[in-house]
Amino acid sequence: MTPPSKPQSMTELTAEPKPRTLPLRRTTVDHSRVVDDLLDRPQKVVARDVNFFYGEHHALHDVSLSIPQNCVTALIGPSGCCKSTFLRCINRMNDMIEGTRLSGQILLDDVDIYRPRTDVVELRKRVGMVFQKSNPFPKSIYENVAYGPKVAGIRQRSQLDEIVEKCLRRAALWEEVADRLAASALQLSGGQQQRLCIARALATDPDVLLMDEPASALDPKSTARIEDLIFELKDSYTIVIVTHTMKQAARVSDQTAFFYEGRLVEVGATTDVFTKPRQRQTEDYITGRFG
Amino acid sequence: MSLAGRGRPYAKAASAAFAYVCALCAFASVAVLLILIGQMLRFAWGWLDFQFLTSFDSQLSAHRAGVKAALVGSVYLIALTALFTVPVGVGAAVYLEEYAARSRWRGFVQTNIANLAGVPSIVYGILGLGLFVRGMHLGAGVLAGALTLSLVVLPVVILASQEALRAVPNTIRQASFALGATKWQTIWHQLLPAALPGIMTGVILAISRALGEAAPLVAIGAAGFVMFLPAGVNDKFTALPLQIYNWTENANEEFQFHVAAAGIIVLLVMLICLNAVAVYLRYRFGKRIRW
Repeated sequence: MTPPSKPQSMTELTAEPKPRTLPLRRTTVDHSRVVDDLLDRPQKVVARDVNFFYGEHHALHDVSLSIPQNCVTALIGPSGCCKSTFLRCINRMNDMIEGTRLSGQILLDDVDIYRPRTDVVELRKRVGMVFQKSNPFPKSIYENVAYGPKVAGIRQRSQLDEIVEKCLRRAALWEEVADRLAASALQLSGGQQQRLCIARALATDPDVLLMDEPASALDPKSTARIEDLIFELKDSYTIVIVTHTMKQAARVSDQTAFFYEGRLVEVGATTDVFTKPRQRQTEDYITGRFG
Repeated sequence: MSLAGRGRPYAKAASAAFAYVCALCAFASVAVLLILIGQMLRFAWGWLDFQFLTSFDSQLSAHRAGVKAALVGSVYLIALTALFTVPVGVGAAVYLEEYAARSRWRGFVQTNIANLAGVPSIVYGILGLGLFVRGMHLGAGVLAGALTLSLVVLPVVILASQEALRAVPNTIRQASFALGATKWQTIWHQLLPAALPGIMTGVILAISRALGEAAPLVAIGAAGFVMFLPAGVNDKFTALPLQIYNWTENANEEFQFHVAAAGIIVLLVMLICLNAVAVYLRYRFGKRIRW
Protein backbone atom coordinates (compact mmCIF):
# COMPACT_ATOMS: atom_id res chain seq x y z
CA MET A 1 0.00 0.00 0.00
CA THR A 2 1.39 3.32 -0.99
CA PRO A 3 0.99 6.10 1.54
CA PRO A 4 -0.92 9.08 0.23
CA SER A 5 1.72 11.24 -1.33
CA LYS A 6 1.71 14.94 -0.87
CA PRO A 7 2.94 17.40 -3.44
CA GLN A 8 6.50 18.24 -2.61
CA SER A 9 6.04 21.85 -3.44
CA MET A 10 3.57 24.28 -4.81
CA THR A 11 5.58 24.57 -8.00
CA GLU A 12 5.05 20.99 -8.90
CA LEU A 13 1.36 21.59 -9.15
CA THR A 14 1.29 25.13 -10.38
CA ALA A 15 4.15 25.30 -12.83
CA GLU A 16 2.37 23.11 -15.33
CA PRO A 17 -0.67 24.60 -16.95
CA LYS A 18 -2.47 21.34 -17.59
CA PRO A 19 -2.67 18.09 -15.62
CA ARG A 20 -1.58 16.00 -18.60
CA THR A 21 2.03 17.01 -18.19
CA LEU A 22 2.28 16.28 -14.48
CA PRO A 23 5.43 14.25 -13.92
CA LEU A 24 3.99 11.03 -12.47
CA ARG A 25 2.07 10.02 -15.59
CA ARG A 26 3.57 7.17 -17.47
CA THR A 27 0.73 6.15 -19.66
CA THR A 28 -0.27 6.14 -23.27
CA VAL A 29 -3.68 7.74 -22.98
CA ASP A 30 -4.01 11.15 -24.52
CA HIS A 31 -5.16 13.42 -21.74
CA SER A 32 -5.15 16.53 -23.84
CA ARG A 33 -8.90 16.89 -23.90
CA VAL A 34 -9.63 19.07 -20.92
CA VAL A 35 -13.19 19.74 -19.99
CA ASP A 36 -13.63 23.48 -19.71
CA ASP A 37 -17.39 23.75 -19.92
CA LEU A 38 -18.24 22.32 -16.49
CA LEU A 39 -21.10 24.69 -15.88
CA ASP A 40 -22.65 24.37 -19.31
CA ARG A 41 -23.00 20.62 -19.08
CA PRO A 42 -26.13 18.96 -17.76
CA GLN A 43 -25.80 18.42 -14.02
CA LYS A 44 -26.16 14.71 -13.35
CA VAL A 45 -26.20 14.77 -9.57
CA VAL A 46 -27.15 17.82 -7.57
CA ALA A 47 -26.89 17.95 -3.79
CA ARG A 48 -28.84 20.71 -2.08
CA ASP A 49 -28.21 21.63 1.56
CA VAL A 50 -27.34 18.09 2.53
CA ASN A 51 -26.94 17.51 6.25
CA PHE A 52 -26.06 14.05 7.41
CA PHE A 53 -26.13 12.56 10.88
CA TYR A 54 -24.68 9.41 12.40
CA GLY A 55 -27.03 9.20 15.36
CA GLU A 56 -26.32 12.43 17.24
CA HIS A 57 -23.13 13.17 15.35
CA HIS A 58 -23.63 15.85 12.73
CA ALA A 59 -21.32 14.65 9.95
CA LEU A 60 -22.11 16.73 6.87
CA HIS A 61 -23.05 20.38 7.12
CA ASP A 62 -25.09 22.08 4.38
CA VAL A 63 -23.31 20.51 1.44
CA SER A 64 -24.49 21.81 -1.92
CA LEU A 65 -22.66 20.44 -4.91
CA SER A 66 -23.41 19.90 -8.59
CA ILE A 67 -21.79 17.05 -10.44
CA PRO A 68 -21.71 17.54 -14.21
CA GLN A 69 -22.43 14.71 -16.60
CA ASN A 70 -19.57 12.78 -18.21
CA CYS A 71 -16.99 14.45 -16.03
CA VAL A 72 -14.81 13.19 -13.25
CA THR A 73 -15.44 14.92 -9.96
CA ALA A 74 -12.82 14.39 -7.27
CA LEU A 75 -13.69 14.73 -3.58
CA ILE A 76 -10.58 15.60 -1.59
CA GLY A 77 -9.88 16.48 2.01
CA PRO A 78 -8.11 15.20 5.10
CA SER A 79 -9.15 11.92 6.75
CA GLY A 80 -12.41 12.18 8.62
CA CYS A 81 -13.72 15.11 6.59
CA CYS A 82 -16.69 12.97 5.54
CA LYS A 83 -15.97 12.94 1.82
CA SER A 84 -16.66 9.20 1.74
CA THR A 85 -19.84 9.77 3.71
CA PHE A 86 -20.99 12.19 1.04
CA LEU A 87 -20.11 9.71 -1.67
CA ARG A 88 -22.13 7.02 0.03
CA CYS A 89 -25.13 9.34 0.25
CA ILE A 90 -25.34 9.33 -3.55
CA ASN A 91 -26.28 5.63 -3.75
CA ARG A 92 -27.80 5.53 -0.27
CA MET A 93 -25.26 3.02 1.00
CA ASN A 94 -25.43 4.84 4.30
CA ASP A 95 -28.92 3.40 4.71
CA MET A 96 -27.17 0.19 5.74
CA ILE A 97 -25.84 1.88 8.86
CA GLU A 98 -28.39 2.07 11.60
CA GLY A 99 -29.26 5.43 13.11
CA THR A 100 -28.20 7.57 10.15
CA ARG A 101 -30.31 10.44 8.89
CA LEU A 102 -30.12 12.88 6.00
CA SER A 103 -31.84 16.17 5.42
CA GLY A 104 -31.77 18.18 2.23
CA GLN A 105 -31.99 16.82 -1.28
CA ILE A 106 -29.83 14.82 -3.62
CA LEU A 107 -31.17 14.92 -7.16
CA LEU A 108 -30.26 12.36 -9.77
CA ASP A 109 -31.48 13.61 -13.15
CA ASP A 110 -33.67 16.09 -11.27
CA VAL A 111 -35.35 13.44 -9.14
CA ASP A 112 -34.78 13.46 -5.39
CA ILE A 113 -33.35 10.08 -4.47
CA TYR A 114 -34.35 10.56 -0.83
CA ARG A 115 -38.04 11.04 -1.50
CA PRO A 116 -40.03 8.30 0.22
CA ARG A 117 -41.06 6.45 -2.94
CA THR A 118 -37.49 5.87 -4.12
CA ASP A 119 -36.70 2.31 -5.11
CA VAL A 120 -33.23 1.97 -3.56
CA VAL A 121 -32.51 -1.23 -5.48
CA GLU A 122 -33.21 0.56 -8.75
CA LEU A 123 -31.12 3.55 -7.65
CA ARG A 124 -28.11 1.36 -6.97
CA LYS A 125 -28.34 -0.14 -10.44
CA ARG A 126 -28.05 3.36 -11.87
CA VAL A 127 -25.36 4.48 -9.45
CA GLY A 128 -22.56 1.92 -9.36
CA MET A 129 -19.88 1.84 -6.70
CA VAL A 130 -16.27 0.73 -6.45
CA PHE A 131 -14.90 0.34 -2.95
CA GLN A 132 -11.58 1.24 -1.40
CA LYS A 133 -10.59 -2.34 -0.80
CA SER A 134 -11.34 -4.59 -3.73
CA ASN A 135 -14.12 -6.90 -2.65
CA PRO A 136 -14.78 -9.54 -5.29
CA PHE A 137 -17.25 -12.25 -4.37
CA PRO A 138 -15.62 -15.61 -3.62
CA LYS A 139 -16.90 -16.89 -6.96
CA SER A 140 -15.57 -17.13 -10.48
CA ILE A 141 -14.53 -14.10 -12.50
CA TYR A 142 -17.53 -14.64 -14.76
CA GLU A 143 -19.97 -14.92 -11.87
CA ASN A 144 -18.65 -11.72 -10.33
CA VAL A 145 -19.42 -9.66 -13.42
CA ALA A 146 -22.67 -11.47 -14.19
CA TYR A 147 -24.04 -11.01 -10.68
CA GLY A 148 -25.53 -7.53 -11.21
CA PRO A 149 -27.39 -8.44 -14.42
CA LYS A 150 -28.49 -11.74 -12.86
CA VAL A 151 -30.09 -10.17 -9.82
CA ALA A 152 -31.71 -7.70 -12.21
CA GLY A 153 -33.42 -10.65 -13.87
CA ILE A 154 -31.28 -11.40 -16.93
CA ARG A 155 -31.17 -15.18 -17.29
CA GLN A 156 -30.19 -15.75 -20.91
CA ARG A 157 -26.70 -17.16 -21.10
CA SER A 158 -25.77 -15.53 -24.42
CA GLN A 159 -26.83 -12.13 -23.13
CA LEU A 160 -24.84 -12.59 -19.94
CA ASP A 161 -21.79 -13.70 -21.94
CA GLU A 162 -22.03 -10.55 -23.98
CA ILE A 163 -22.31 -8.29 -20.92
CA VAL A 164 -19.41 -10.01 -19.17
CA GLU A 165 -17.11 -9.61 -22.17
CA LYS A 166 -18.12 -6.01 -22.80
CA CYS A 167 -17.61 -4.98 -19.18
CA LEU A 168 -14.31 -6.81 -18.81
CA ARG A 169 -13.08 -5.09 -21.97
CA ARG A 170 -14.19 -1.72 -20.69
CA ALA A 171 -12.37 -2.36 -17.45
CA ALA A 172 -9.24 -3.28 -19.45
CA LEU A 173 -9.19 -6.75 -17.95
CA TRP A 174 -10.46 -8.92 -20.79
CA GLU A 175 -7.08 -9.75 -22.31
CA GLU A 176 -5.75 -10.93 -18.97
CA VAL A 177 -8.65 -13.16 -17.96
CA ALA A 178 -10.40 -14.20 -21.20
CA ASP A 179 -9.01 -17.73 -20.97
CA ARG A 180 -9.88 -18.28 -17.32
CA LEU A 181 -13.30 -16.79 -16.72
CA ALA A 182 -14.24 -19.77 -14.59
CA ALA A 183 -11.27 -19.30 -12.26
CA SER A 184 -11.85 -17.87 -8.79
CA ALA A 185 -11.73 -14.09 -8.65
CA LEU A 186 -9.68 -14.36 -5.48
CA GLN A 187 -6.73 -15.67 -7.50
CA LEU A 188 -6.33 -12.35 -9.30
CA SER A 189 -3.76 -9.78 -8.22
CA GLY A 190 -4.87 -6.73 -6.22
CA GLY A 191 -4.94 -4.46 -9.26
CA GLN A 192 -6.79 -7.03 -11.33
CA GLN A 193 -9.32 -7.54 -8.53
CA GLN A 194 -10.02 -3.83 -8.43
CA ARG A 195 -10.52 -3.70 -12.20
CA LEU A 196 -12.81 -6.71 -11.84
CA CYS A 197 -14.82 -4.73 -9.28
CA ILE A 198 -15.04 -1.88 -11.79
CA ALA A 199 -16.21 -4.31 -14.49
CA ARG A 200 -18.74 -5.69 -12.05
CA ALA A 201 -20.04 -2.20 -11.31
CA LEU A 202 -20.33 -1.46 -15.04
CA ALA A 203 -22.37 -4.61 -15.64
CA THR A 204 -25.56 -3.08 -14.24
CA ASP A 205 -25.18 -0.36 -16.88
CA PRO A 206 -25.10 2.56 -14.43
CA ASP A 207 -25.10 6.27 -15.31
CA VAL A 208 -22.97 7.27 -12.37
CA LEU A 209 -19.91 5.53 -11.00
CA LEU A 210 -18.85 6.23 -7.42
CA MET A 211 -15.28 5.34 -6.52
CA ASP A 212 -14.10 5.38 -2.92
CA GLU A 213 -10.30 5.66 -3.07
CA PRO A 214 -10.18 2.94 -5.71
CA ALA A 215 -6.39 2.93 -5.98
CA SER A 216 -5.32 3.53 -2.40
CA ALA A 217 -4.37 -0.11 -1.85
CA LEU A 218 -2.57 -0.55 -5.17
CA ASP A 219 0.99 -0.16 -6.35
CA PRO A 220 1.86 2.77 -8.66
CA LYS A 221 1.63 0.72 -11.84
CA SER A 222 -1.83 -0.62 -11.04
CA THR A 223 -2.83 2.86 -9.93
CA ALA A 224 -1.82 4.26 -13.31
CA ARG A 225 -3.95 1.64 -15.05
CA ILE A 226 -6.98 2.50 -12.92
CA GLU A 227 -6.46 6.18 -13.64
CA ASP A 228 -6.26 5.57 -17.39
CA LEU A 229 -9.42 3.59 -17.06
CA ILE A 230 -11.21 6.39 -15.23
CA PHE A 231 -10.20 8.73 -18.01
CA GLU A 232 -11.64 6.45 -20.66
CA LEU A 233 -14.81 5.68 -18.74
CA LYS A 234 -15.89 9.28 -18.34
CA ASP A 235 -17.04 9.38 -21.94
CA SER A 236 -19.82 7.01 -20.96
CA TYR A 237 -20.28 7.59 -17.25
CA THR A 238 -20.39 10.35 -14.71
CA ILE A 239 -17.67 9.59 -12.20
CA VAL A 240 -17.28 10.73 -8.62
CA ILE A 241 -14.04 9.70 -7.00
CA VAL A 242 -12.83 10.09 -3.44
CA THR A 243 -9.08 10.31 -3.26
CA HIS A 244 -6.46 10.91 -0.63
CA THR A 245 -3.76 11.86 -3.08
CA MET A 246 -3.97 15.28 -4.58
CA LYS A 247 -1.84 14.26 -7.50
CA GLN A 248 -4.45 11.72 -8.41
CA ALA A 249 -7.21 14.31 -8.16
CA ALA A 250 -5.17 16.62 -10.37
CA ARG A 251 -4.50 13.89 -12.89
CA VAL A 252 -7.91 12.36 -13.35
CA SER A 253 -10.56 14.89 -12.44
CA ASP A 254 -12.27 17.76 -14.21
CA GLN A 255 -13.89 19.16 -11.11
CA THR A 256 -12.54 19.09 -7.58
CA ALA A 257 -14.45 19.52 -4.34
CA PHE A 258 -12.51 20.14 -1.13
CA PHE A 259 -14.14 18.94 2.09
CA TYR A 260 -13.00 19.93 5.54
CA GLU A 261 -14.63 18.87 8.81
CA GLY A 262 -17.90 17.94 7.16
CA ARG A 263 -18.23 21.10 5.13
CA LEU A 264 -17.70 21.69 1.46
CA VAL A 265 -15.05 24.40 1.49
CA GLU A 266 -14.47 24.89 -2.19
CA VAL A 267 -15.50 23.44 -5.50
CA GLY A 268 -14.40 24.30 -9.00
CA ALA A 269 -12.61 23.18 -12.11
CA THR A 270 -9.65 21.07 -11.06
CA THR A 271 -7.11 23.33 -12.73
CA ASP A 272 -8.53 26.33 -10.88
CA VAL A 273 -8.68 24.65 -7.50
CA PHE A 274 -5.09 23.50 -7.78
CA THR A 275 -3.59 26.65 -9.32
CA LYS A 276 -5.59 29.44 -7.77
CA PRO A 277 -7.60 28.19 -4.80
CA ARG A 278 -10.00 30.77 -3.45
CA GLN A 279 -9.97 29.57 0.14
CA ARG A 280 -7.07 29.64 2.51
CA GLN A 281 -7.85 26.16 3.84
CA THR A 282 -7.81 24.70 0.35
CA GLU A 283 -4.45 26.20 -0.38
CA ASP A 284 -3.03 24.94 2.91
CA TYR A 285 -4.29 21.46 2.18
CA ILE A 286 -3.15 21.12 -1.40
CA THR A 287 0.27 22.48 -0.57
CA GLY A 288 0.61 19.89 2.16
CA ARG A 289 0.57 22.19 5.13
CA PHE A 290 -1.93 19.91 6.87
CA GLY A 291 -3.89 16.75 6.22
CA MET B 1 28.34 -12.73 31.52
CA SER B 2 25.73 -15.21 30.53
CA LEU B 3 22.09 -14.16 30.36
CA ALA B 4 20.78 -17.55 31.40
CA GLY B 5 19.64 -18.16 34.95
CA ARG B 6 20.63 -14.74 36.17
CA GLY B 7 18.84 -13.67 39.33
CA ARG B 8 15.89 -16.12 39.09
CA PRO B 9 17.23 -19.63 39.65
CA TYR B 10 13.77 -21.23 39.88
CA ALA B 11 12.24 -19.54 36.87
CA LYS B 12 13.60 -21.94 34.31
CA ALA B 13 12.81 -25.06 36.31
CA ALA B 14 9.28 -23.81 37.04
CA SER B 15 8.73 -23.06 33.40
CA ALA B 16 9.79 -26.56 32.38
CA ALA B 17 7.70 -28.16 35.14
CA PHE B 18 4.65 -26.21 34.04
CA ALA B 19 5.06 -27.43 30.48
CA TYR B 20 5.20 -31.04 31.73
CA VAL B 21 2.08 -30.61 33.88
CA CYS B 22 0.17 -29.21 30.90
CA ALA B 23 1.35 -32.07 28.70
CA LEU B 24 0.22 -34.54 31.35
CA CYS B 25 -3.26 -33.00 31.43
CA ALA B 26 -3.53 -33.28 27.68
CA PHE B 27 -2.31 -36.86 27.76
CA ALA B 28 -4.64 -37.88 30.61
CA SER B 29 -7.81 -37.01 28.70
CA VAL B 30 -6.65 -38.89 25.61
CA ALA B 31 -5.46 -41.83 27.73
CA VAL B 32 -8.88 -42.29 29.36
CA LEU B 33 -10.51 -42.34 25.94
CA LEU B 34 -7.99 -44.83 24.59
CA ILE B 35 -8.42 -47.14 27.59
CA LEU B 36 -12.18 -46.98 27.13
CA ILE B 37 -12.03 -47.82 23.44
CA GLY B 38 -9.50 -50.58 24.14
CA GLN B 39 -11.80 -52.16 26.73
CA MET B 40 -14.78 -51.94 24.41
CA LEU B 41 -12.87 -53.53 21.56
CA ARG B 42 -11.74 -56.33 23.86
CA PHE B 43 -15.29 -57.06 25.00
CA ALA B 44 -16.76 -56.72 21.54
CA TRP B 45 -14.16 -58.92 19.92
CA GLY B 46 -15.86 -61.92 18.31
CA TRP B 47 -19.31 -60.43 18.91
CA LEU B 48 -19.24 -57.62 16.40
CA ASP B 49 -19.83 -59.39 13.10
CA PHE B 50 -22.17 -59.31 10.11
CA GLN B 51 -24.79 -61.27 12.00
CA PHE B 52 -24.75 -58.63 14.74
CA LEU B 53 -25.41 -55.84 12.24
CA THR B 54 -28.25 -57.62 10.43
CA SER B 55 -30.18 -59.24 13.30
CA PHE B 56 -32.90 -57.94 15.54
CA ASP B 57 -32.52 -58.04 19.27
CA SER B 58 -33.16 -61.35 20.96
CA GLN B 59 -34.44 -62.14 24.43
CA LEU B 60 -33.35 -65.72 24.23
CA SER B 61 -29.73 -65.77 23.25
CA ALA B 62 -27.03 -63.11 23.29
CA HIS B 63 -25.46 -64.84 20.32
CA ARG B 64 -28.51 -64.15 18.18
CA ALA B 65 -28.98 -60.55 19.29
CA GLY B 66 -28.28 -57.82 16.80
CA VAL B 67 -28.35 -54.10 16.34
CA LYS B 68 -30.45 -53.90 13.17
CA ALA B 69 -33.53 -52.19 14.60
CA ALA B 70 -31.44 -49.68 16.57
CA LEU B 71 -29.17 -48.90 13.63
CA VAL B 72 -32.04 -48.27 11.22
CA GLY B 73 -33.95 -46.43 13.94
CA SER B 74 -30.99 -44.13 14.62
CA VAL B 75 -30.45 -43.35 10.93
CA TYR B 76 -34.16 -42.65 10.52
CA LEU B 77 -34.12 -40.49 13.62
CA ILE B 78 -31.16 -38.29 12.70
CA ALA B 79 -32.35 -37.90 9.09
CA LEU B 80 -35.67 -36.54 10.33
CA THR B 81 -33.93 -34.42 12.96
CA ALA B 82 -31.72 -32.86 10.28
CA LEU B 83 -34.79 -32.25 8.12
CA PHE B 84 -36.45 -30.28 10.93
CA THR B 85 -33.38 -28.57 12.33
CA VAL B 86 -31.63 -27.23 9.23
CA PRO B 87 -34.39 -24.99 7.82
CA VAL B 88 -35.52 -23.73 11.21
CA GLY B 89 -32.00 -23.26 12.56
CA VAL B 90 -30.63 -21.51 9.48
CA GLY B 91 -33.78 -19.41 9.17
CA ALA B 92 -33.49 -18.28 12.78
CA ALA B 93 -29.80 -17.48 12.30
CA VAL B 94 -30.49 -15.44 9.14
CA TYR B 95 -33.21 -13.53 10.95
CA LEU B 96 -31.06 -12.75 13.97
CA GLU B 97 -27.97 -11.82 11.97
CA GLU B 98 -29.38 -10.09 8.91
CA TYR B 99 -32.84 -8.79 9.74
CA ALA B 100 -33.25 -8.17 13.46
CA ALA B 101 -31.94 -4.78 14.40
CA ARG B 102 -29.68 -4.55 17.41
CA SER B 103 -32.75 -4.16 19.53
CA ARG B 104 -33.74 -5.37 22.95
CA TRP B 105 -35.92 -8.00 21.36
CA ARG B 106 -32.94 -9.42 19.51
CA GLY B 107 -30.84 -9.37 22.64
CA PHE B 108 -33.59 -11.20 24.49
CA VAL B 109 -33.90 -13.92 21.85
CA GLN B 110 -30.13 -14.23 21.54
CA THR B 111 -29.60 -14.66 25.27
CA ASN B 112 -32.31 -17.28 25.47
CA ILE B 113 -30.92 -19.30 22.60
CA ALA B 114 -27.54 -19.35 24.32
CA ASN B 115 -29.27 -20.49 27.51
CA LEU B 116 -31.27 -23.16 25.72
CA ALA B 117 -28.04 -24.64 24.40
CA GLY B 118 -27.13 -25.40 28.01
CA VAL B 119 -30.46 -26.93 29.11
CA PRO B 120 -30.07 -30.66 30.01
CA SER B 121 -31.53 -32.93 27.35
CA ILE B 122 -33.77 -34.76 29.86
CA VAL B 123 -35.71 -31.51 30.22
CA TYR B 124 -36.34 -31.47 26.49
CA GLY B 125 -37.35 -35.10 26.79
CA ILE B 126 -40.07 -34.22 29.30
CA LEU B 127 -41.16 -31.37 27.04
CA GLY B 128 -41.31 -33.76 24.10
CA LEU B 129 -43.36 -36.20 26.12
CA GLY B 130 -45.88 -33.53 27.07
CA LEU B 131 -45.97 -31.71 23.75
CA PHE B 132 -45.47 -34.27 21.00
CA VAL B 133 -46.31 -37.66 22.49
CA ARG B 134 -49.34 -36.63 24.56
CA GLY B 135 -50.31 -33.15 23.37
CA MET B 136 -50.14 -33.88 19.66
CA HIS B 137 -50.95 -37.59 20.11
CA LEU B 138 -47.94 -38.68 18.07
CA GLY B 139 -47.12 -41.58 20.37
CA ALA B 140 -43.56 -42.61 21.16
CA GLY B 141 -42.73 -42.96 17.47
CA VAL B 142 -39.88 -41.82 15.24
CA LEU B 143 -41.55 -38.49 14.55
CA ALA B 144 -41.96 -37.60 18.20
CA GLY B 145 -38.35 -38.69 18.83
CA ALA B 146 -37.00 -36.62 15.96
CA LEU B 147 -38.99 -33.55 17.00
CA THR B 148 -37.72 -33.88 20.57
CA LEU B 149 -34.13 -34.27 19.42
CA SER B 150 -34.62 -31.27 17.13
CA LEU B 151 -35.42 -29.19 20.21
CA VAL B 152 -32.24 -30.45 21.84
CA VAL B 153 -29.90 -29.57 18.97
CA LEU B 154 -31.63 -26.51 17.50
CA PRO B 155 -29.71 -23.99 19.63
CA VAL B 156 -26.43 -25.53 18.48
CA VAL B 157 -27.43 -25.21 14.82
CA ILE B 158 -28.62 -21.62 15.30
CA LEU B 159 -25.45 -20.55 17.09
CA ALA B 160 -23.15 -22.23 14.55
CA SER B 161 -25.05 -20.72 11.62
CA GLN B 162 -24.95 -17.28 13.20
CA GLU B 163 -21.22 -17.64 13.70
CA ALA B 164 -20.79 -18.63 10.05
CA LEU B 165 -22.89 -15.71 8.79
CA ARG B 166 -21.02 -13.29 11.01
CA ALA B 167 -17.74 -14.50 9.54
CA VAL B 168 -18.78 -13.37 6.05
CA PRO B 169 -17.07 -10.00 5.63
CA ASN B 170 -19.28 -6.95 5.49
CA THR B 171 -17.63 -5.91 2.23
CA ILE B 172 -19.50 -8.76 0.53
CA ARG B 173 -22.82 -7.40 1.73
CA GLN B 174 -21.89 -3.90 0.62
CA ALA B 175 -20.73 -5.09 -2.81
CA SER B 176 -23.95 -7.00 -3.33
CA PHE B 177 -26.21 -4.16 -2.23
CA ALA B 178 -24.22 -1.68 -4.33
CA LEU B 179 -25.02 -3.78 -7.39
CA GLY B 180 -28.73 -3.41 -6.81
CA ALA B 181 -29.32 -6.76 -5.14
CA THR B 182 -32.15 -7.00 -2.67
CA LYS B 183 -31.62 -8.27 0.84
CA TRP B 184 -33.07 -11.63 -0.07
CA GLN B 185 -30.80 -11.93 -3.15
CA THR B 186 -27.78 -10.96 -1.09
CA ILE B 187 -28.57 -13.58 1.52
CA TRP B 188 -29.40 -16.30 -0.99
CA HIS B 189 -26.64 -15.73 -3.56
CA GLN B 190 -23.79 -14.46 -1.41
CA LEU B 191 -24.14 -14.93 2.32
CA LEU B 192 -25.53 -18.45 2.56
CA PRO B 193 -23.09 -19.95 0.01
CA ALA B 194 -20.19 -18.27 1.78
CA ALA B 195 -21.44 -19.42 5.18
CA LEU B 196 -22.35 -22.92 4.02
CA PRO B 197 -19.20 -24.76 5.22
CA GLY B 198 -19.62 -23.29 8.69
CA ILE B 199 -23.32 -24.08 8.74
CA MET B 200 -22.70 -27.65 7.55
CA THR B 201 -20.07 -28.17 10.22
CA GLY B 202 -22.51 -26.97 12.87
CA VAL B 203 -25.28 -29.18 11.53
CA ILE B 204 -23.09 -32.27 11.51
CA LEU B 205 -21.89 -31.67 15.05
CA ALA B 206 -25.51 -31.20 16.11
CA ILE B 207 -26.51 -34.42 14.36
CA SER B 208 -23.76 -36.36 16.07
CA ARG B 209 -25.02 -35.05 19.37
CA ALA B 210 -28.55 -36.16 18.47
CA LEU B 211 -27.16 -39.57 17.57
CA GLY B 212 -25.70 -40.02 21.03
CA GLU B 213 -28.68 -38.80 23.07
CA ALA B 214 -30.48 -41.44 25.14
CA ALA B 215 -32.13 -39.45 27.90
CA PRO B 216 -34.77 -37.58 25.86
CA LEU B 217 -35.74 -40.83 24.13
CA VAL B 218 -36.12 -42.56 27.47
CA ALA B 219 -38.27 -39.67 28.65
CA ILE B 220 -40.67 -39.82 25.72
CA GLY B 221 -40.95 -43.56 26.24
CA ALA B 222 -39.20 -44.92 23.16
CA ALA B 223 -38.91 -48.67 23.16
CA GLY B 224 -35.80 -50.58 24.19
CA PHE B 225 -36.77 -53.83 22.55
CA VAL B 226 -38.08 -53.75 18.99
CA MET B 227 -38.36 -56.68 16.62
CA PHE B 228 -39.32 -54.79 13.47
CA LEU B 229 -38.20 -51.80 11.43
CA PRO B 230 -40.25 -48.61 11.63
CA ALA B 231 -42.32 -48.33 8.45
CA GLY B 232 -44.09 -45.05 9.17
CA VAL B 233 -43.18 -41.97 11.17
CA ASN B 234 -45.43 -42.91 14.08
CA ASP B 235 -44.15 -46.45 14.44
CA LYS B 236 -42.40 -47.62 17.55
CA PHE B 237 -38.64 -47.54 17.23
CA THR B 238 -35.42 -47.81 19.16
CA ALA B 239 -32.10 -46.07 18.73
CA LEU B 240 -28.50 -47.08 19.35
CA PRO B 241 -27.93 -45.35 22.71
CA LEU B 242 -31.25 -46.66 23.97
CA GLN B 243 -30.53 -50.19 22.78
CA ILE B 244 -27.10 -50.10 24.43
CA TYR B 245 -28.62 -48.85 27.68
CA ASN B 246 -31.17 -51.65 27.51
CA TRP B 247 -28.50 -54.30 27.04
CA THR B 248 -26.43 -53.07 29.96
CA GLU B 249 -29.56 -53.44 32.13
CA ASN B 250 -29.87 -57.09 31.16
CA ALA B 251 -29.08 -59.61 33.91
CA ASN B 252 -27.28 -61.84 31.44
CA GLU B 253 -23.59 -60.92 31.49
CA GLU B 254 -23.17 -61.74 27.83
CA PHE B 255 -25.62 -58.96 27.04
CA GLN B 256 -24.25 -56.66 29.71
CA PHE B 257 -20.66 -56.80 28.49
CA HIS B 258 -20.23 -58.23 25.03
CA VAL B 259 -23.38 -57.29 23.15
CA ALA B 260 -23.44 -53.81 24.69
CA ALA B 261 -19.77 -53.31 23.81
CA ALA B 262 -20.43 -54.31 20.22
CA GLY B 263 -23.27 -51.78 20.10
CA ILE B 264 -21.02 -49.10 21.53
CA ILE B 265 -18.43 -49.74 18.83
CA VAL B 266 -21.12 -49.35 16.15
CA LEU B 267 -22.24 -46.05 17.70
CA LEU B 268 -18.66 -44.77 18.02
CA VAL B 269 -17.87 -45.63 14.40
CA MET B 270 -20.92 -43.69 13.24
CA LEU B 271 -19.95 -40.69 15.38
CA ILE B 272 -16.36 -40.74 14.16
CA CYS B 273 -17.56 -40.87 10.55
CA LEU B 274 -19.83 -37.86 11.07
CA ASN B 275 -17.07 -35.89 12.74
CA ALA B 276 -14.65 -36.79 9.98
CA VAL B 277 -17.05 -35.31 7.44
CA ALA B 278 -17.25 -32.13 9.52
CA VAL B 279 -13.47 -31.87 9.71
CA TYR B 280 -13.16 -32.51 5.98
CA LEU B 281 -15.70 -29.81 5.16
CA ARG B 282 -13.94 -27.28 7.33
CA TYR B 283 -10.59 -28.11 5.77
CA ARG B 284 -11.81 -28.26 2.18
CA PHE B 285 -13.84 -25.06 2.14
CA GLY B 286 -11.66 -23.22 4.59
CA LYS B 287 -8.90 -23.51 2.02
CA ARG B 288 -10.99 -22.45 -0.95
CA ILE B 289 -12.59 -19.39 0.57
CA ARG B 290 -10.12 -16.99 2.02
CA TRP B 291 -10.91 -13.33 2.29
